[in-house]
Amino acid sequence: MVHREAFVAGLYFILMIVLALGAFIITRSSAARLAGTATIHSRPTYHGLLAAMQVFLPMLAILFFGSLLATRFVEQQSLAAMDPALLADELHRGAAYRDIRRFAAGGAVANATDGLKAGAATFAYLNTLTQWAIAGIGLSAGLAGLLFGLRTVTAEFRARNRFERIVAALLLACAGLAVLTTVGIVFSVLFETVHFFQKVSPVDFLFGTHWSPQQAIRADQGGASGSFGIAPLVVGTLLISTIAILVAGPIGLFAAIYMAEYASPKFRAWAKPILEILAGIPTVVLGFFAALTVAPVIREVGTALGLNVASESALAAGLVMGIMIVPFVSSLSDDVITAVPQSLRDGSLGMGATHSETIRRVVLPAALPGIVSAFMLAISRAVGETMIVVMAAGLAANLSFNPLDAVTTFTVQIKTILVGDQEFDSAKTLAAFALGFVLFFFTLTLNVIALAIVRKYREQYD
Amino acid sequence: MTDAVLTFAQTGPRKVDFFSEEAMARVQKRYRAEARFKAYGLGAVVLAGIFVVILLADIVSKGLPAFFEHRIALTVTLDAAKIDPEGKRDIEVLRAADYQRLIYDGLREEFPGVSDRRDRRKLEGLVSTGSGNDLRTLVLRNPSIIGQKTTLPVLLSDDADLYLKGIGTRVERAVGKGTLDIKQQGKTVELVGSAGAFAAPLADVKARLKRLASATEFELQGLSAAQATANAALEARREDLTARVKDFRQRSGDPASAETLDPATMPSELVEIAGGLVRLTEIAPGRAAGVVLLPLAADATRSDSWHRTTYTTPESNRRITDIEIAWLESLRGRKLTEKGFAWRFFTNGDSREPELAGIRGALIGSALTLAVTLLFCLPIGVGAAVYLEEFAPKNRLTDILEVNINNLAAVPSIVFGLLGLAMFLNFFGLPRSAPLVGGLVLALLVLPTIIIASRAALKAVPPSIKEAALGVGASHQQAIFHHVLPLAMPGIMTGTIIGMAHALGETAPLLMIGMVAFIVDIPQAISDPATVLPVQIYLWSDLPEVAFQAKTAAAIMVLLAFLFVMNGAAILLRRRFEQRW
Amino acid sequence: MNSASILTAEAPNAAASAGLAPEPKVVARNVDVHYGEKHALKAVSVDIPARAVTAFIGPSGCGKSTFLRCINRMNDTISTCRVTGEITIDGQDIYDPRLDVVLLRARVGMVFQKPNPFPKTIYENVAYGPRLHGLASGKAELDEIVERSLRRASLWEEAKDRLGESGTGLSGGQQQRLCIARAIAVSPEVILMDEPCSALDPIATAKIEELIDELRTNFTIVIVTHSMQQAARVSQRTAFFHLGTLVEEGATDQIFTNPRDRRTQDYITGRFG
Repeated sequence: MVHREAFVAGLYFILMIVLALGAFIITRSSAARLAGTATIHSRPTYHGLLAAMQVFLPMLAILFFGSLLATRFVEQQSLAAMDPALLADELHRGAAYRDIRRFAAGGAVANATDGLKAGAATFAYLNTLTQWAIAGIGLSAGLAGLLFGLRTVTAEFRARNRFERIVAALLLACAGLAVLTTVGIVFSVLFETVHFFQKVSPVDFLFGTHWSPQQAIRADQGGASGSFGIAPLVVGTLLISTIAILVAGPIGLFAAIYMAEYASPKFRAWAKPILEILAGIPTVVLGFFAALTVAPVIREVGTALGLNVASESALAAGLVMGIMIVPFVSSLSDDVITAVPQSLRDGSLGMGATHSETIRRVVLPAALPGIVSAFMLAISRAVGETMIVVMAAGLAANLSFNPLDAVTTFTVQIKTILVGDQEFDSAKTLAAFALGFVLFFFTLTLNVIALAIVRKYREQYD
Repeated sequence: MTDAVLTFAQTGPRKVDFFSEEAMARVQKRYRAEARFKAYGLGAVVLAGIFVVILLADIVSKGLPAFFEHRIALTVTLDAAKIDPEGKRDIEVLRAADYQRLIYDGLREEFPGVSDRRDRRKLEGLVSTGSGNDLRTLVLRNPSIIGQKTTLPVLLSDDADLYLKGIGTRVERAVGKGTLDIKQQGKTVELVGSAGAFAAPLADVKARLKRLASATEFELQGLSAAQATANAALEARREDLTARVKDFRQRSGDPASAETLDPATMPSELVEIAGGLVRLTEIAPGRAAGVVLLPLAADATRSDSWHRTTYTTPESNRRITDIEIAWLESLRGRKLTEKGFAWRFFTNGDSREPELAGIRGALIGSALTLAVTLLFCLPIGVGAAVYLEEFAPKNRLTDILEVNINNLAAVPSIVFGLLGLAMFLNFFGLPRSAPLVGGLVLALLVLPTIIIASRAALKAVPPSIKEAALGVGASHQQAIFHHVLPLAMPGIMTGTIIGMAHALGETAPLLMIGMVAFIVDIPQAISDPATVLPVQIYLWSDLPEVAFQAKTAAAIMVLLAFLFVMNGAAILLRRRFEQRW
Repeated sequence: MNSASILTAEAPNAAASAGLAPEPKVVARNVDVHYGEKHALKAVSVDIPARAVTAFIGPSGCGKSTFLRCINRMNDTISTCRVTGEITIDGQDIYDPRLDVVLLRARVGMVFQKPNPFPKTIYENVAYGPRLHGLASGKAELDEIVERSLRRASLWEEAKDRLGESGTGLSGGQQQRLCIARAIAVSPEVILMDEPCSALDPIATAKIEELIDELRTNFTIVIVTHSMQQAARVSQRTAFFHLGTLVEEGATDQIFTNPRDRRTQDYITGRFG
């Protein structure tokens, strides 16, 4: 089934490209013939390009929006045949629709009801129908575009201007996609978060001190709302991030100072790639290192010192996360330190200050806003980091400030809740989106402030 | 002003003696601070470097063994009655035959003495459950060998493989002194020699007891210190420990008393004698009793040529038992084991059996995912960059766009996973676990990177080039697409490669869209369920088998190799085409 | 104040001493400077008199700023720069390896082309040097140094009520006077000024020039300027640099009225610049 869908889609794509290419070639040659007899405004190529666009864009739009509409329509129609009692909520609807699709595809479905069979028949029929309908409409739109393109091949037609207007619009759309992504993120987390807050009070969520979403799977378990207090997650996240910043802050800053102020070009040529390697190491690798190498070492050292260290201690995750953000802090700080004008350094050196005095008393204070924002961006990165904590920190939602305890973080909980099968409407699943919402807005706030500071700082010295 | 001058004239310049001792000492202090400060900086860079080295060394040392596998050259009888009873050579029949059984039979022929059901199961456990597949492939390719005996390399199971890689236990072997009398009684054997025949192993056992006593005492102290308050369970544990310390002390104190070997705490002591192997259960200075692991010559009653063998790790502390080690050592002794490069690691998909698991599925999954990512984010990223750099009017809207893109670059990656889950899977209904969705999510994730890099590349092209094109009558777009963009291309490619490297290493958002399923099949299309290399690493790292740890590290090595190549290419590209205007 | 003649008329002693060039404070002999491959300064020998203003003039790129930066070894901060020859202050070789560059710069202050106050308060800007070198034993003494320096730099009246405000918030001319105050706060013996007015408007320039004239009673001042009028207005001695060589040096009057060298004459009459 999936494969046939993919096949139709692939065919459509190929047709789209063939038609567009054809439109380009035909229209261009037609324009070229015209150019042989008269002076034309736009070069034949532009007539061709315009025609190709007029074929391609409508076909793409029809495929996209058509598929979107068709999916909804087919789902609605196939489920209509089933017992409405079975479709009480989103959860059951989803399950039923999956069964229908599997049955229609020829798969085995345990105790298939008549409704399901009817639904599957409807599904198979409508699915094929809509696919061909999309293909048909798209094809005719493409052909219409081609005809239109051919008709407009005249000497005075400003094909280039029109083509360039389309290109400009496309470029704007590309840039707009970034905004669309943000809007998409906001909506996808906001929507589910609102749902979540219909089930769980925001006060309990924000100020509750107990987190155990597992208990709320079944509706008959009372007091589910008590299990969604994010305080332990906030504490865990901040604990690990703090350790990370305590590691990365001094190392990153001092490394940046050394690289920007002291290092010879030769040393820089060696050291920069090392920091870049560190920056390029995927977090899953660092997570593996944290869980399998650092955590056992910390545990052993702690035990030798007579301390009680959890095997998934916050310290291990925090240390490795700190190492992860060292290159982040150092490269951002390096940039801002380098941006401090040489004249300030000269002024201080000319007073008889030593190099380090100049750095500490003039360069760093001057670069302070930039460094602060670098730290803020680093914190934001630490808070949002997932893999290291997933692999090296635990799931235990302890409300603890002890770095040797196991704690959990926002990202770990989001990952734990959402990986694997989920019921889409349960409070537990929605809680993940609520966590995502908090995470997104926390990091967004940090980023906006930090980037604003950097921007202002750049302007000051540009 | 006059006032100022007057004041200044009256006081005159304050003379400071820069050459006084005090001043010199002060300068020395300042220079020391300077040196310290510089050392901190250097230390920080060196620390980062050391970390990189430790990390890489750790990964390589863990992962390198996974690139090799151990096989045994096993002679298997391809009994036609078992493979193809009807003799029609029907391909379906040949495919369905139980080749694993044939391998097990071949293995049992190597060790005819193994009759016990449990031991037989253990013996069969030495070879991989995937080895039958290899034999099937061999037979299907050349059905004419049916009915013959053939020798083929058979893959060992992960535990056996690990042992041969030296990860199970250390084996020590020493020549035994004196002559031993052998008294065989079924599975048990008694060995009697001169008074000092077993003095060495006994002394080792006593020494071990002494260490155990100290260790247990330490634990006891920790327990007492940690929990001052009484607690029934704790109290019992304390009593138990106290008793054990006492027992250990007493036994280690008497050098001549006989010892029973406890497999939970004691290394395994064995004796190779009369062509067989005996695991000792009891040792006295002049005699020892044990069970037969490898059968002795039936008529042997006395031998003056024997070896003492020790497996230093106690049996309970390793995944491989004494008898398995004995078999493997026997195979090794007969030169039947071989070590080879584990091509399987690159040609197999995922598997529950560590020795069979490979990264091919993940590699293909990564390739498909990255292809989708590249297809989407390169044109869109460059388009957005061209718009922002060349066409965007300077107004508030453009400002918002810019701020938005910069912020998007700093959004946690897991949030993109939430977007993918809510948008692509739940809203658009795209298939779960598919490279298509993974690619789209990663495209959105690296889009800001590519836009920012492309803008920088476009900005670096001097305006004079564009002006020259405009000057000869090109339209604005012609000037950009014909002249500016081609010149910015190396920079854009560099940014794209770095973005792709970032996408290749990204894990978290892909977990959200279901690319974490256990998938054995190699994905064929962008809509097939698949996983990617970093997710595979994550999945393996979570598995309890020791062998998977090495696999994880090996997969990391492959991932890092790809990343280094990509980043190296980016650096090379930058160096090669870097143009200073 | 408007021309060299008026200035010399008002300060005959200074002019006389400048003419005879007694008690040279800074003596340079055969100074060569290389920037990597580039030979920026060739065999410069000059005597700079104490308690007078010496101006270095010449077309841009002639080496005058390079030479100025040799006097307090600011060229040390450029890694490719190599200085040979001898420069002494009060007879002491400043390139002597035993000499401490930090202490040298405390004795030889510098004011730069572009006003470069530190992004700190006005007070902190001035207090920076005394703090570095430990010149004040307490807050009161530091306050006194700050006030005295600001007064000497003619900035006190304008700044006394805003000592806690950022130095970067001042106007360009005020910033440059702040930099001068910062330089004299450590009581240097020599003050080097590298085109101190090039970034300033005429009114601010006039104030600075006035200040320089006042300062010369206590300090040895060396000023690099691209403006011949300025050199004529503020200096007692003038040295003309061209293509890395010192072409001519002498009393300002003599250089501007009766130059010995043809190139000097061409330059001051505006044939090249």
